[in-house]
Amino acid sequence: MTTVAVPGLTPLPGLTPSAAFAEAHRCLMCWDAPCIRACPTAIDVPGFIKRIAYEDNLGAARVILEANILGDSCAHVCPTSVLCEGACVLNDVDGRPVPIGRLQGYATGPVIQGGIQLFSAGPATGKKIAVIGGGPAGLACAAELTKRGHEAVVFDAASEPGGLNTRGVAEYKQTRTAALAEIAWLQELGVTVRQNTVVGEDVTFEELLGGFDAVFFGAGLGAIPLLGIPGESLSGVEDALQLIEAVKTGAMAPDAFADKTVVVLGGGNTAIDAARLAVRLGAVRTVVAYRRGPDEMPAYRHEVAEARREGVAFSFWSAPHSVIGDGRVEAMRCARTEPGVPGTDGRPAVVTTDAPPFDVHADVVVRATGQATRQSLLAELPDVTTDGRGRIIVDDEQRTSQAGIWAGGDCVNGGKEVVNAVAEGMSAARSIDAELRR
Amino acid sequence: MADLGVNICGIDSPNPFWLASAPPTNTGDQIARAFDAGWGGAVWKTIGEPIENTWSRYSSVDLDGKRMMGFNNIELITDRPLETNLAEIEAVKSRYPNNVLIVSLMVESTREAWHRIVRQAEDAGADGVEMNFGCPHGMSERGMGSAIGQVPEYCRDIVGYAKEVATKPVFVKLTPNVADIVPPARAAKAGGADAISLINTINSVTGVDLDTFAPRPTVAGKSSHGGYCGPAVKPIALHMVSAIARDPDAGTVPISGIGGIATWRDAAEFILLGATTVQVCTAVMHWGYRIVEGMIDGLSGYLDSKGMASVDELRGKSVDRLQKWENLDLNYVIKAHVDQEACIGCGLCYIACNDGAHQAIGAEREGDRTRVWIKEDACVGCNLCSLVCPVHNCITMQQQDTEHESLTWVEYGEGKGTLEPRPKHGLTITAD
Repeated sequence: MTTVAVPGLTPLPGLTPSAAFAEAHRCLMCWDAPCIRACPTAIDVPGFIKRIAYEDNLGAARVILEANILGDSCAHVCPTSVLCEGACVLNDVDGRPVPIGRLQGYATGPVIQGGIQLFSAGPATGKKIAVIGGGPAGLACAAELTKRGHEAVVFDAASEPGGLNTRGVAEYKQTRTAALAEIAWLQELGVTVRQNTVVGEDVTFEELLGGFDAVFFGAGLGAIPLLGIPGESLSGVEDALQLIEAVKTGAMAPDAFADKTVVVLGGGNTAIDAARLAVRLGAVRTVVAYRRGPDEMPAYRHEVAEARREGVAFSFWSAPHSVIGDGRVEAMRCARTEPGVPGTDGRPAVVTTDAPPFDVHADVVVRATGQATRQSLLAELPDVTTDGRGRIIVDDEQRTSQAGIWAGGDCVNGGKEVVNAVAEGMSAARSIDAELRR
Repeated sequence: MADLGVNICGIDSPNPFWLASAPPTNTGDQIARAFDAGWGGAVWKTIGEPIENTWSRYSSVDLDGKRMMGFNNIELITDRPLETNLAEIEAVKSRYPNNVLIVSLMVESTREAWHRIVRQAEDAGADGVEMNFGCPHGMSERGMGSAIGQVPEYCRDIVGYAKEVATKPVFVKLTPNVADIVPPARAAKAGGADAISLINTINSVTGVDLDTFAPRPTVAGKSSHGGYCGPAVKPIALHMVSAIARDPDAGTVPISGIGGIATWRDAAEFILLGATTVQVCTAVMHWGYRIVEGMIDGLSGYLDSKGMASVDELRGKSVDRLQKWENLDLNYVIKAHVDQEACIGCGLCYIACNDGAHQAIGAEREGDRTRVWIKEDACVGCNLCSLVCPVHNCITMQQQDTEHESLTWVEYGEGKGTLEPRPKHGLTITAD
């Protein structure tokens, strides 16, 4: 077995000017470029890349940020290999797409992290919009509204703005410091964020609907619910999002998992993030236990491949049975599963077999089995309809079924990328703007 | 293996690859290393009355990240003492008797000055001299270099001065900074030139520093126009070489081709258009003397692949293929063809044709990619799509069957023959 050096807890350095210049010149500047079509925010990719090539970095940043106000975050956290870079025609030439994400960060980094303001609030319209949730969707919506002259107030329950951008993005992809700098840049633009303000407690929906001209709901998803299995309260059982956040804030030491064996439960991108993070925290063995097979994993293939390259092992058709230990985790007991009849989503149902459960030695068990929807919060908005999975239903302009309320981000799409949240937030802002100017 | 040896005006060279008179031939040590690397000959950096140079001397033009697509200099002739140069010429020639050593010369335009410098170069052992009538910067302000090359009568008379005393071949290096290269070439021949070298550098300003507003190369905030060379000038050089080769008068003089040569392919093109030897400078300033190894191997392999035993068999083979436009066949019809399997869907052919040429390519989204097709009835066979296509051999220009015999503009003007039908735009826009 080949071993690789333990990867770092911080992102790789950005492109050097020479590398950015060379890579930018590889862009063919396609007509009707597929990279633009693949981007949820439809960034004019050839447009910004050619500006880098011709040494107009501020111009490049402006192109990016006009389409995607959180373009600096997206440069680091977007799954580019399945979006813009996956669509790059150079894949068909030599399998080496233009590194669009890294070029994007090359342009936006100095602007966002350096505090260079490219935009300003538009002429005041006198309209006020309440934005619920200070994550990517809410911030993007608020920023776009600000640029259009509206007063956007973001109500955020947390003590720090940014939502998952600040707390839930694995530190090795984007640092907390970088995420906070981006938010400071948005505040400099004129976005107002009220922290520690829980809608429904500190401010009511009635107050928001009565005191504002429109409401954008972008409260994301809730915590990862307990699985309801024995042993879940043992010391050593971690919530994946809390783990990621603890590393970001420094509450967890960078070598916290040294010499430990870690079992991650789940098969989504958060599970992979947690597993790759465990490797970086020094785990000697990291196993992802997933109740279905490799083909059914919601996680991106390239992320899974990276995890494998870093030494993460996978135990498929392994459902959580119980956590074994005396005060502390000693093993993860899994039930053996097998595929059953495909359900309506085409994925096979999970059937537990008669085989006896098996134990995987573990010092740490990380729960990454999906976030809950915000049912209690949404219960206060009875006219906002949701689908069978608790996702808010919106039209193509992010309007909910209740007039005056728009929604976007994870609470609508069920948990997608930052770039999707930004696209939905900005789309909602354009719709709100049009509505309020009518 | 083909014989790469050539003979130019009586001088045998082991191969046609020479170093041009320039910084790479500034010293004996450099030329010795060049000969060791495989260069067949070298033209010693121009000697004459000593000068002094500025500190900042070169600038370049990059293209899409590629360095030195074009190169510019404001350096003058040698700044070393004449005696040192002559002593080194003698030393190099004695150590490398089989390599060609030509000495470039530039002195004031008097009979005495030219007699003296030609004798000095020959006494040092030069196989020939090259009269520098080409440098367009600095020295031209002092009545030398291109100031001579631009006036055919001066050219003829001063070559005459040199020929009065020369016992070895006299090369004349011409400036491209003229409206027509043929008159100075004829004048050189009339003066007795044994060979013509061209092109020297082209008047140029390579750029301006956008922060300081100082043009490049910057000398204490100012600049001066320089001489342009490198890959960018090759097409201009090929045209001028071929213009002389095609001229019934000047075309009898052997040519040493210069201008943007970096590879064996470049060299082969100059030879096809009439050059006997080629001279290289910028490519060596970029990559060093070692590039000659690939040039030797490449040209040798190419001649073998063509079944040619020597460079002589290749020389001039394309000269007669350059004609006046009026002699081209108006009934030769080609159209673009897209290999859909090779196409990557970048759409560049579409946008180039639609905005930049003749609106003969269609494009549409097919799934998540772009599909293009040639509008056969609109394609004028201009080549643009095949030039912009980033995929090798994806767009090819294919000859079409035609009904009518070949027909030139001259013949057409005389009322002969029948034109093949050709695509033309009707009215494309109206006031409303």
